[in-house]
Amino acid sequence: MDLLSNKWIVNLLVCCLFIGVGCNSVEKKIYVHLNYTVPCVRLLNATHQIGCQSHLSGNVGVLHVLESEENVDWVLRSGPNPPYLVILESPLFTRSIMMKLKNASSRVAGVAVVAPSANPLEGVSPHTTCPNENTGVYTEKYDPSLAHCNVTVWNPLGSGLSYEQFDFPIFSLKDDNDTQVIRQCYMDHNRAVNGSSPQYPLCAMQLYSHMSAVTDTATCMRRNDINFSISPEMVCDPLGDYNVWASTRPINNTAKGHKMWESVVIAAARLDSRSFFFEVAPGAESGVSGFVTLLAAAHALRNPIQVAPPNRTILYTFFQGETFDYIGSSRMVYDMQNNQFAVDLDNVHSVLEIGQVGLRANSKLWLHSDPVSRKNNSVNAEVMKLIESLQSASAGLNVTVNETGFSQPLPPSSFQRFLRARPIPGVVIEDHQSAFTNRFYESMYDNAEYLNISYPPNLTPEEQLVSVTDTAMALTEVATMVARALYIQAGGAETQLKNINADRNIVTRMLYGFLVRSNNSWFQELIPSDLMSHLADRPTNFYVGVAQQSSEPTLLVKYLLANLTGSPTNISQDNCQNQREDEKDTESKHMYSYMWVQGASPPNSTKREGFCVRSTVRLSKALSPAFDLREYTSKDYSTWTESRWKSIKGRIFLVASHDLEMLTLGVGVAVLLASLLLTYIMSSKADILFSSGREPANATY
Amino acid sequence: MTAAVFFGCTFIAFGPAISLFLFTIARDPLRVIFLIAGAFFWLVSLLLASLVWFISVQISNKDSATQQKGLLIFGVVLSVLLQETFRFAYYKLLKKANEGLLTLSQEETMPISIRQLAYVSGLGFGFMSGAFSVVNILADSVGPGTVGIHGDSQHYFLSSAFMTLAIILLHMFWGVVFFDACEKQRWWAVAAVVISHLTVSCLTFQNPEYVGSLVPTYVILFLMGVWAFYSAGGSLRNLKLCITCKDRDFLLANHRPR
Repeated sequence: MDLLSNKWIVNLLVCCLFIGVGCNSVEKKIYVHLNYTVPCVRLLNATHQIGCQSHLSGNVGVLHVLESEENVDWVLRSGPNPPYLVILESPLFTRSIMMKLKNASSRVAGVAVVAPSANPLEGVSPHTTCPNENTGVYTEKYDPSLAHCNVTVWNPLGSGLSYEQFDFPIFSLKDDNDTQVIRQCYMDHNRAVNGSSPQYPLCAMQLYSHMSAVTDTATCMRRNDINFSISPEMVCDPLGDYNVWASTRPINNTAKGHKMWESVVIAAARLDSRSFFFEVAPGAESGVSGFVTLLAAAHALRNPIQVAPPNRTILYTFFQGETFDYIGSSRMVYDMQNNQFAVDLDNVHSVLEIGQVGLRANSKLWLHSDPVSRKNNSVNAEVMKLIESLQSASAGLNVTVNETGFSQPLPPSSFQRFLRARPIPGVVIEDHQSAFTNRFYESMYDNAEYLNISYPPNLTPEEQLVSVTDTAMALTEVATMVARALYIQAGGAETQLKNINADRNIVTRMLYGFLVRSNNSWFQELIPSDLMSHLADRPTNFYVGVAQQSSEPTLLVKYLLANLTGSPTNISQDNCQNQREDEKDTESKHMYSYMWVQGASPPNSTKREGFCVRSTVRLSKALSPAFDLREYTSKDYSTWTESRWKSIKGRIFLVASHDLEMLTLGVGVAVLLASLLLTYIMSSKADILFSSGREPANATY
Repeated sequence: MTAAVFFGCTFIAFGPAISLFLFTIARDPLRVIFLIAGAFFWLVSLLLASLVWFISVQISNKDSATQQKGLLIFGVVLSVLLQETFRFAYYKLLKKANEGLLTLSQEETMPISIRQLAYVSGLGFGFMSGAFSVVNILADSVGPGTVGIHGDSQHYFLSSAFMTLAIILLHMFWGVVFFDACEKQRWWAVAAVVISHLTVSCLTFQNPEYVGSLVPTYVILFLMGVWAFYSAGGSLRNLKLCITCKDRDFLLANHRPR
């Protein structure tokens, strides 16, 4: 109340005395705040810092809209009003321009990139050409001839921009009203006419994205531990989240370590992605295509496995943080080695990983395997068997699987981390033979549009949810093939294969949910009510984020997997939430997990009918072992941390000329001095000035 | 760099007020007390005005532009009338206080004359109203931006500072004229003060045509200054004496113990 009334008093006075009828606050007259700002943030690893940062009080620069690459000279040399804040159209957001700006950072205050509404025609990838180069299996020690992508450069379009360090903030702006205001402001004030320099006042922009952490992970983790005050000031947090896994047969998750007589086939996919900008990571081809296929395959296997259980257990795993040096898979392997996981490496029979499978040329899929471990005959035999079962699984489907050349190493994949531990037979399914077909690897354009997921224009969201696209049909075929291959690999009978079919409607809805909007009726049915706030009307962001915050895709995949592989059971909400079948049950929680989901609401009712899903879905930590071991300079494990920051915001305004500012100060000083002099004279002669001869008695000044 | 604007505007708005305070008020504790009390009375008037304003805005139709404009005019008029009412109340209070002081005082004369009180209280009113009208503008003048992205004049800060300077001085003059009028029971002079106050406040509706509001305000300021000068006992003869430095003879001629 106090604050409010104060504000009112001030507002009243300002309105009454100065501004007049258009009762705006002064701040509104000066600044236009940008509504949609996506920054690039600072990440750190054992040796480097990458990303961007501003000064503590924000970077201010005169706006300059870059029209072409030649135009950059105005910013770097000839422009008379540095520093400049450069507005880039996304086609100009290239390595060559960004490097020029980076090297002239005294004249560049920041960069704002206008994100286009449609994808570019040429391929763009801000990632490196050799993703996860140093933490995969192909090190100098393993096979020098395969190290550092010597044989195949996986991401030839990669510019490496995501792994550069910039001394100025870089923001992404949506092409909307904000951008229109910026352009208008630039046109009105800053545009140089006929080569002459523009006149003041000039339009400027201020970007805030100050990052607390600096140098590298070891430095920032050390600073995290310094406690000067009661509430310690954290400067960075490790990247990480949770892996999601489930098994076709319940495995005791309380008793960790080796399980006798257990042999598991790991079916893996990765959950995460990234782009240059924070929290814009659509990862459609790089992540979603793979794990949606695996989810659909898991669903396809639910009933056949109950009818005719195969010998081996299939372990579905969804790894988080794979983009950042295999956080999830390295942690799971580490846990398996240290008896912290439900099974250990001795229990692992083989690995089938599903990589990027969304863009198949001529319906071809490629089976990648590791040439080094296949030199071992027994491993080679198992790999051959797995490839054979994949080939037989593809019979009758619109999918052809081919082996890649024998000498080619594995593409970046979680399986590499298993191979690092020991030679396990395994295959990675990809849609590319050598270099990625994905032209937008780990970029903001790797989205639904790139996977050709589009709908007729007049559909409501609910109609879009169930509208089957060609991509969904193609992925359904892949899922069916994967499911059948897994079934054979697990030792199931071939006669069952025709009963294993992925559901295209499920694939359709998952693609819609992850790539278009997660806030849809189907996802709402499958999650508990307290997670409703995680659903959004935009594509899911697949950036792994820091370990303290649960990532949205992990939760969604967890509940999807539970619903797709588990079964609804008749258990009360209380028992369900306490992980038990009934009041006396204390054993089931070791084998199963129970989730109370909110379910659908029956027609002509608004109250949802919740139910309990029993499944084997579990989460396991996806935090790099480097942080548990406190080895912040580890060469084996991911050391990525994300810096903390206070505020991310941007605003545009006009800046006055230096001359006008100096004039104001000069007038001020003159007024002050003149009034001091005048008052001194007047007060010293007040007796004379204010004494009227007629009334001497009253004049007492 | 915009610290220059901040200091420039501060010096313009408060330079005269501060120098007056330094040379005429700061040395005398009693004057300081009356200055603060005057500022407080102005604050109370503003509190009442803003209370009425707050309530009326809440009950008004926020979407209607004409209603909001009417409300603003109503608010200005109400605020001015309240300020003048409180000036009168303060005058009454000072009269009472002066009588009390006289009875307590050992000396036979009052420690502070009613003319001095008029000047001190007027300056108190001015200080407070100046502070309230310009403080948040000054806060935003630190930058980095300046007014104008929506097409407003970029002389906003400068003209605001000059307006505040005028308001502070006007309050001082109004105080002197008002108290003198009350002493002499010349109610038309009181009315003139109220009307000129209303005029100045309503002139700000001219903004953002700053010339349209500043020039008439400074004309009124000059006229009020002359009037206040005469009410405070000044005259053309005194001024002439003062300027031509014949004060020494004058002082000798009119010398009397204080």
